[in-house]
Amino acid sequence: MNFSVVGSQFFPLLINGLALGFIYVLVSVGYTMVYGVLRLINFANSEIFMLGTFATAIVSTSVFKFNQNSQPSHGMKLVIVLLCCLLASMATSGVVAVFVELIAYRRLRTKGANRLGSLISAIGTSITLSEGVRILTHSIPVASPRVLSKFYVFKIHGVGLRIDQLLTIASGLLLFIAVDRFVTKTRMGKAIRAVSMSEENSKLMGINLNRVISLTFLIGGLVTGAAAFMYMTVYEQTVFNVGFNIGLAAFTAAVLGGIGNLRGAFYGGLALGLAEEYFSALLGSQWKEITVFVVLVLVLLVKPNGLFGEAVQQTRV
Amino acid sequence: MINLRDKGAELWDGANRLQRTAFALVAIFAALCLPYAGNFSLTNFLNTPISSYEAVLVYPVGMYILMALGLNIVVGKSGLLDLGYVAFFAIGAYTAAILGTHTHLNTWEILPIGMGFAMLAGVLLGLPTLRLRGDYLAIVTLGFGEIVRILAINTPSIGGPNGIAGVPQPPTVLGQAFDITHPDHFFWLVVIMILAVIWMVRRLSIRRPGRAWEAIRQDEDVALLMGVPILRYKIWSFSIGAAVGGAAGVIFASEQMFVAPQSFNYNVSVLILSCVVFGGMGNIWGVVLGASILSYLPERIRFISNAREFVFGLALVVMMNIRPEGLLPRKKREHLSDEERAALKATRAALNASKKASKKAEKEASK
Repeated sequence: MNFSVVGSQFFPLLINGLALGFIYVLVSVGYTMVYGVLRLINFANSEIFMLGTFATAIVSTSVFKFNQNSQPSHGMKLVIVLLCCLLASMATSGVVAVFVELIAYRRLRTKGANRLGSLISAIGTSITLSEGVRILTHSIPVASPRVLSKFYVFKIHGVGLRIDQLLTIASGLLLFIAVDRFVTKTRMGKAIRAVSMSEENSKLMGINLNRVISLTFLIGGLVTGAAAFMYMTVYEQTVFNVGFNIGLAAFTAAVLGGIGNLRGAFYGGLALGLAEEYFSALLGSQWKEITVFVVLVLVLLVKPNGLFGEAVQQTRV
Repeated sequence: MINLRDKGAELWDGANRLQRTAFALVAIFAALCLPYAGNFSLTNFLNTPISSYEAVLVYPVGMYILMALGLNIVVGKSGLLDLGYVAFFAIGAYTAAILGTHTHLNTWEILPIGMGFAMLAGVLLGLPTLRLRGDYLAIVTLGFGEIVRILAINTPSIGGPNGIAGVPQPPTVLGQAFDITHPDHFFWLVVIMILAVIWMVRRLSIRRPGRAWEAIRQDEDVALLMGVPILRYKIWSFSIGAAVGGAAGVIFASEQMFVAPQSFNYNVSVLILSCVVFGGMGNIWGVVLGASILSYLPERIRFISNAREFVFGLALVVMMNIRPEGLLPRKKREHLSDEERAALKATRAALNASKKASKKAEKEASK
């Protein structure tokens, strides 16, 4: 127990926790949206994230010819490079997510299989994707060159906010608000919410079920892809099983907030990111994963439906 | 696609006691002979290319069948999704390793202790968490599995990440030595344990706990309203499943003579769950078949060692798409009275007759 570290490092930990938390928020949006519609843990979401990180690395190295020795870029070029990486990552993840649904889930769903059958299919997809990438990369971690020079935006009493963290927090917040607006305000969002309330009834109301489900996977994939891009700007390295820990944490975050509930994923992700940072400062980083689960178990003991589970009936995505 | 499960059940129902006993004895004998199958030209296609075939039969094949049968009680019989089953396996294995290296207890004496510890862990985990439903339970059990593994890594007194070496092997029984040169003896031991578990599950299924689990699986609320003490039977299901996992862990530790945290990661839980669902949840024979295939297949295709996990993943996706209920799904109706069975037979016959008639009519029409 090292309380003095938490005291003296309170604000730096807060910033790190928020940056990590927003990555969790976006990945857990991928889990929670699919869960809301299909009542299915999309185990392949961690691999969708992994493919996004590789897309970012590939675009920055092969399209823009960055390598380990090149200088970080700046000005207009920097904006273009970052935008291209972001779009590539989002597009890859979005397309993969839609294909995963088509290949692994649709047939099972139309056959009316039980949920565990779909779960195993999802696990199989996840193994296939990560193993495929492992074989292609020979299990070697791929480092992404530094595109964005990591300067401090401001520094007060030794507490600084780095540009990549600011970028992650700001764009994470923006994207989450965009998804939330889409789901609550638009016509397609309404269709998604209708399907999550009752598949049968929404079919009777003339909603094209397959299209709505594909759309849900697409949005989940796009957001997960954005998270993958942010992960790469902050941590600058990826490997074939990078999705495992992130996916596990993001899924935990979704459950923490009440799975199927979009805003629950937001609070759950932030809470988990902060908890991870503070607890690993307090107890040592080797206990990080345990504290995540202990927090989860304790929360579920008090509120068996997650922090925001009460409102699930009304606000399911 | 034909339903092998129903076909098999029909044959079994039609057989008399003598035929059943004879079939069971032949099947058990065939299973016990499996370690020698690699030596005959007729059956040597079973040989695994890189690892020793006899050793593969013990771990992973035998162990996975045992654990899948244990998990089947939790997932298949009572419908509780457990993603951290490996924790009980780990508890059994570490109990065997710690007691085996620090005390003079032998494996047979440790076996009930390991099962007891696993059961205790099952009850302790179950009491607070079994009130949760579906996927919440899944994530908490997943977390429990990870907690056990990380605790093992971070506790230096039980070897930390290096694990514990020199776990004693079981003492000789009836002149059969259990050591590294006799994997077949370990295999027989595992087969006997599997038979014991199958016997236990079959007895439990037709008695009160089995009916309670079935009710809970089908509809928890209705079961509660009908007066089934849900929490008690869920905990029973959890702890019996845990005890089987613990037993598998004890035997695993004394067979490998070594335990380390990396043997107990989340992938093992997922693999065992895959065995259960792949084979056919809730049906013992389906689970045995599923576990045999999924544990044996990666060893058999080791010659494509780099891509074997990839092929394994693909096989899971393809198989689940072809047979969503698993290879040998459970019978749709569990308990039929004689009249019901007769009625079902009559309906089937009538259905077949009408199908034939309509086909005939079609043929004539096309002529």
